[in-house]
Amino acid sequence: MIKKFLILTLIFISFSSKFSYALVEIDITRGNLDPLPIAVSPLFVHKNNLKNKEFKEIGAKISEVIEGNFKRSGLFNPLSKESFVQEPEIAHLKPRFEDWKLIKAQALVTGKIELENEKLRVEFRLWDVVAAKEILALAFTTVPNNWRRVAHIISDKVYQRLTGEKGYFDTRIIYVSEAGPKNARIKKLAIMDQDGSNNKYLTLGNELVLTPRFSPTNQLVTYLSYFKNLPRVYLLDIETGIQEVVGDFPGMTFAPRFSPDGKKIIMSFAEGGNSDIYTMNLETRVVEKITDHPSIDTSPSYSPDGKYIAFNSDRSGLQQIYVMRSDGSNVKRVTFGNGLYGTPVWSPRGDLIAFTKVRKGRFYIGVMRTDGSGERLLTENFYQEAPSWSPNGRVLIFYRETKSNAKGEGFSAKLWSIDLTGYNEMQIETLTDASDPSWSSLLTK
Amino acid sequence: MNSMKLIKYFMITALCSVLLSACATSKKGAVLEGDVYAGNETVEYLATGVKDRVFFATNKSTLTTASRDTLRKQAAWLRKNGKISVTIEGHADERGTREYNLALGERRANAVKDYLMTYGISGKRLAVISYGKERPVNNGSTPLAWSQNRRSVTVKAD
Repeated sequence: MIKKFLILTLIFISFSSKFSYALVEIDITRGNLDPLPIAVSPLFVHKNNLKNKEFKEIGAKISEVIEGNFKRSGLFNPLSKESFVQEPEIAHLKPRFEDWKLIKAQALVTGKIELENEKLRVEFRLWDVVAAKEILALAFTTVPNNWRRVAHIISDKVYQRLTGEKGYFDTRIIYVSEAGPKNARIKKLAIMDQDGSNNKYLTLGNELVLTPRFSPTNQLVTYLSYFKNLPRVYLLDIETGIQEVVGDFPGMTFAPRFSPDGKKIIMSFAEGGNSDIYTMNLETRVVEKITDHPSIDTSPSYSPDGKYIAFNSDRSGLQQIYVMRSDGSNVKRVTFGNGLYGTPVWSPRGDLIAFTKVRKGRFYIGVMRTDGSGERLLTENFYQEAPSWSPNGRVLIFYRETKSNAKGEGFSAKLWSIDLTGYNEMQIETLTDASDPSWSSLLTK
Repeated sequence: MNSMKLIKYFMITALCSVLLSACATSKKGAVLEGDVYAGNETVEYLATGVKDRVFFATNKSTLTTASRDTLRKQAAWLRKNGKISVTIEGHADERGTREYNLALGERRANAVKDYLMTYGISGKRLAVISYGKERPVNNGSTPLAWSQNRRSVTVKAD
């Protein structure tokens, strides 16, 4: 279990001294109606390993995962391998750019894998076909089981080189897997790679579980569980599977998240009809009360520098979004538009807050600046909520439920994602119905 | 009577009949009063004549006249049966964000608990739990279903 998620040795060796300016460039701040044609050559296998059938396939599998990542990002158009003229081995040494230009590729990814002493060594190159130059070359070593992460790391490096932004492919998503009729729903915590692979269940479904979140270090998860019919915030260690309740509260705690440094849990505590926001330091176990108001205060979200907290309060009469300093002082309302606002989530870039808005019976996912200005609604639906940011602050994942008929038939819950630009809205495939998604930070730091 | 008085008399009568007919909103079959469910489907009984639940308007936790009547009967039943403890469940409909609905359910359950306590029932006998929108009683996505789901249910503790 541990080996799957840790790379033993991750040494990035840049073996090209030339870093040319790119003629190939992608602007991810604008809606991309013209995805960049990119050719991903299957990674070829070192001659020493040619007899290893299983290993031979890994090179092709890695390129397929990379293509999947590129395609789903909406920014790239991976070209069909059937049109490739050059053999992977030769292309990796010296591509004949004319051949690649013929199939309209503007960028080319080539690579090589080698199995030595039970370790997987990977080398890849990114070529600017238009300028006929190599623009990125990296090598690293890991365990063979990690070949999917190899693909995600390469995807991130290519994405970063071509867009100027960090990628989001070497990440996982935690969510709630759902099944059964609405009035007897079985819910389990589940985790998967962002491309849907490696799906695993973290709880058995014996008790209701809701709203999981990753810690910044990605090894811990916090969530709400109705274990023994007592709704409380819990911590779960993904590697050991050990769960523990957070604090010793005499009533329901819910809506938990980690602070950006991972040292605290912030959550709501409900008592006597009032919900306030509290933090608990995981080390010292010191509990601090952050809001103190007879209204419902919930769904807290820290700014990435930890200095501010956005949260949901109905102190004005209806659900709105507020921002306060992380010690609870200086509370300011930031939403004033028509409708209800909920689930504020501060972007990892610090510049925007994503939210759910409800107006005239319709649900919207939107973003706004941290002072509430510049509200932009990205998508509208019968029911959707709870956006979560990719670690580069460019993509939002959320969930939707369909309208059921009077008998409750036709109901489904699914994960969806959309770019910050409002483009590339798509459903994320899960084995079961799904809700409450949360995006991890990059697994490679 | 002089004509002014006669006109006044007719106007008052007309006004009263308009008001009275407006009060008859509960036509046969209409089960929503404003936004609050007023029917008996989904209602169960703790004892003869003692309904186990009350209903709420959207986003609200205020008790209607009908709710208070139900809760007075629950209080009387609890007074008569001093050994019984209950759990008060708070629920919300699906038309809201999940976390806020958990808090709203808790607020509704406590509105019921507070009212029962004003009738002398000890808080120690009244546990509270919120299920937010997680346990609907009606699986439909219709205003009627939603109104039946906006509820607080009093359940005998084991």
